[in-house]
Amino acid sequence: MSNMIIDKDGVRRYVVSITVNGDEYTKMVKSNTLLVNFLRDALDLTGTKKGCELGDCGSCTVLLDGKTPINSCLMLAVEADGREFITVEGVASHEKLDHIQEKFIEHGALQCGYCTPGMILSAKALLTRNPKPTEHEVREAIAGNLCRCTGYINIIKAIMDASGQEIPM
Amino acid sequence: MYLPDFEYYAPDSIAEACKLLSQFGPRAKVLAGGTDLIAKMKNEVLKPEILISIKKLDQMKKIEYVPGKGVVIGARSTHNDLVNSKVLNEKYLSISEAAHQMAANQVRNAGTVGGNISNAVPSADLPPIFIALNAAVKVTGVKGERSLALEDVFAGPGKTNLTQDEIITEVIIPDQKMTGSNYIKFGLRGAGALAVVGVAVAVQVENNVIKDARVALGAVAATPVRAKKTEEFLKGKKVSDEVLAEAGVIASGECKPISDVRASAEYRTDMVRVFTKRALRAAIDKGHV
Repeated sequence: MSNMIIDKDGVRRYVVSITVNGDEYTKMVKSNTLLVNFLRDALDLTGTKKGCELGDCGSCTVLLDGKTPINSCLMLAVEADGREFITVEGVASHEKLDHIQEKFIEHGALQCGYCTPGMILSAKALLTRNPKPTEHEVREAIAGNLCRCTGYINIIKAIMDASGQEIPM
Repeated sequence: MYLPDFEYYAPDSIAEACKLLSQFGPRAKVLAGGTDLIAKMKNEVLKPEILISIKKLDQMKKIEYVPGKGVVIGARSTHNDLVNSKVLNEKYLSISEAAHQMAANQVRNAGTVGGNISNAVPSADLPPIFIALNAAVKVTGVKGERSLALEDVFAGPGKTNLTQDEIITEVIIPDQKMTGSNYIKFGLRGAGALAVVGVAVAVQVENNVIKDARVALGAVAATPVRAKKTEEFLKGKKVSDEVLAEAGVIASGECKPISDVRASAEYRTDMVRVFTKRALRAAIDKGHV
């Protein structure tokens, strides 16, 4: 790392430039700062949730390079230097909702809402890559996003509807 | 969950990475996708003081066919790189299928081939199919490069035969005469579950006779293991349900599983019998590797 300083307490701090939802942020982070904490604490983008923090639940899902879902709890902020991310705050422009978000509301595809940002981003990545997925492909795309409320049925309906296809019963 | 502090380096070359690993010794760990390492650091299973990131080593992120050598998979390729690789879809669909069975989408997008091998978890999904296809790994250290068979990488749970300064840079699948291969993962859920038993097979079948066979078992011993007695038994046999069933019985005698939270040793042993039989049948019927 070229841009590293050791502060007066002896802590190493690294300069990173990370683009989130189209805006580039240049900040100092510690080696052990996780991307999820960078988003929530340094950028105040609290839509990205912290659940298991071990890569199992998917509530911290963000889109790397605008299209690839990853768990931001397992990525270091220093590793994210120079990369671009979309969080749920950037899934649609300004005050508008994304089509997928509207379908989640229409189908009541959430209860407590904690898994929803991750679900939306996994669904967004799927429909960007594969606009007409099968129900099986939808289930597989959200297999890394755990929901303890809905039983997934309405989430699957919402995503299938968002793809303009028949809604499974 | 927060991580303890550590020093972080992101070298520009493999040589520099090896030098840092050699300099820091066992206090340092290689960071690739982080899906295993960061989780283990949060759980304090691993406590490295220095992380050497290989994110800048783009020459390790490729999947290509090199005539005379085989399919070369860069160690930084993610599981989903294997799933989506045209080269693998054409030449070794079984590898893409095995990669697809690992964890869930977010982890497959980050976790790497080199990590799946070098963390030496007995239940890892890629080593069995690589071993069945006679894969080799290329490792680079301060003294240069060397190549070893994939099955020789593993020394025990979490332990490899690599020296402290060595990094896996490539997995090489050599050209072969095998006509079919298959990996069956048996986990307790459809996604996001570790293998209770993993069975990979590769067979060369001509005129309904098994000319050659390789069988590799995952999650049923301290390391991924080959079932060599099963392989010997299969060679020269005519394909029949009885022969494949007998192969399953022999393979179940070749594993040494433990009982844990996921399954008992007895159950794992019996599932080796079942899934060896099924993996062989699928590899023979598929007619492609």
